[in-house]
Amino acid sequence: MGAGSASVGLSVANLRVQYDGFVAVADTSFAVQPGESFGIVGESGSGKSTVLRAICGLAPKVAGTVQLTASAAASNPSNPSNAQPVAQAALPAPGSKAFRRLVQMVFQDPYGSLHPRQTVDRILAEPLAIHNVPDAEARIEKALDEVGLGSGFRFRYPHQLSGGQRQRIAIARALILEPQILLLDEPTSALDASVQAEVLNLLEDLRQRKGLTFIMVSHDLAVVTHLCERLMVMQRGKTVEMLASSDLAAHQVKDPYTQSLMLASEGFKRAAA
Amino acid sequence: MNNATHTSNEPLLVVNDLRVAYPARDGGMTEVVRGVSFSLGRERLGIVGESGSGKSQTGRAILGLTAPEGRISAKRLSFDGIDLLNCPPQQRRALRGGRIAMILQDPKFSLNPVMTIGKQIEETLLAHTKVSRAAAKKRSLSALESVSIDDPERVHRLYPHEVSGGMGQRAMIAMMLIAEPDMLIADEPTSALDVTVQLQVLSIMDKLVIDRGMGLIFVSHDLRLVSSFCDRILVMYAGKVVEELQAGGLAHAKHPYTRGLMACLPQLGKPVHPLATLDRQPEWAL
Repeated sequence: MGAGSASVGLSVANLRVQYDGFVAVADTSFAVQPGESFGIVGESGSGKSTVLRAICGLAPKVAGTVQLTASAAASNPSNPSNAQPVAQAALPAPGSKAFRRLVQMVFQDPYGSLHPRQTVDRILAEPLAIHNVPDAEARIEKALDEVGLGSGFRFRYPHQLSGGQRQRIAIARALILEPQILLLDEPTSALDASVQAEVLNLLEDLRQRKGLTFIMVSHDLAVVTHLCERLMVMQRGKTVEMLASSDLAAHQVKDPYTQSLMLASEGFKRAAA
Repeated sequence: MNNATHTSNEPLLVVNDLRVAYPARDGGMTEVVRGVSFSLGRERLGIVGESGSGKSQTGRAILGLTAPEGRISAKRLSFDGIDLLNCPPQQRRALRGGRIAMILQDPKFSLNPVMTIGKQIEETLLAHTKVSRAAAKKRSLSALESVSIDDPERVHRLYPHEVSGGMGQRAMIAMMLIAEPDMLIADEPTSALDVTVQLQVLSIMDKLVIDRGMGLIFVSHDLRLVSSFCDRILVMYAGKVVEELQAGGLAHAKHPYTRGLMACLPQLGKPVHPLATLDRQPEWAL
């Protein structure tokens, strides 16, 4: 698995999610290149989390497709011209067990996403059991190491951990299956600023080491531009704008909604009285 | 009428050596606020710190909302000349919600779920002033209007679960301001809100502070937001005030904790990889 690093991307085409009559996500399309880090920004109710949930099958898809993609070079370097379709067929379809192993999610609230009555050991062992992965013992130790927690944390309960430590456990749980794509739903919004920096550094470091593909949802423009190369702005279920992080940093945004988000992130400005 | 009783030679609120302690598991007491001193005039004071720094406990102790097992002591804790620690409970109750009000963090949990928004706002008014129900309704409608709610009649009838977070928070501000308090303690009033809504709520609070000459204590973890909003900022760490800053003086912060906190925030247009992390020194907590 380690040899095929950075070989899987994801494309979403005309995704539509509907709850009864309410359209949560309307015709959203985007493609994430293998190894790329892609951000989705918007305020609450804009459908940004629903996109992630639809990708991993937690939200009902009414229309549209979610598909894994492979880079031509990685799948068959000798013959790049027809490599794409071959690789395409070999990649698991959404909803299958293999897909779930490749695409893992980290949730927003580390206080709600860990089972309060299971030890860290059991939390980390569960995905391994589901996917029949051998060598659980060694993998749990390694996963804890990777997120900067020693094996001393292995038999603790979530309530014995701080928020930042819990989020590290959630990241370890996602990484223990060696996925290629990590879906991050506001991974740091429940954390203090100094802990946020630690978790962001950890995520960045893991992405570089393992060649992961990230799709990250956040309402914080600074956090998204820090971690992602490209981002999509959503409002009321629709895509408002696609831009590169460098454009945002240079304040080159076209859409008025993105501009208002950018202005808001700069803090409070008193109207001249 | 409230303003007339205030004598201008002393600050509105004086806090001297405030300590809040809770019983620890080993039978001793753990101090969560360890000797905080400040005074507040009719200004916007920000209290910033990370979780566990004692910032919320400071705000709650001033209002008398510390959990019953907590122990409060202070050399002086007075509001407009009234000794808050030794005054009779009845007087304290009259102050709470009347002259001192508090806005809590999350409208989802701090509004009464089985009472309409209008009734909750009127409740504050009926508890603190002698007004007829009809007059209370009229004032609650105008209070809703003053926090930029377009259709006060409709919102007045709604239950908290029927409104958005931003709307709920504005309703809470209306509820706290209807009794025309002299001092407002806002505990993370905008943390549960979207950035764009955040600014709306802040500008409403700002306007009310300026128009009515209130004292405001703004408790938050968001250093940047507070520094752009408040006149003065207290930075708390481990139950103590480690630094006091003037508005916009964030760049000149001296304490390593404040500087570290600033450095670990990602900034638009100034990428730093990896981000600086806070190296907590044990002597900060001494």
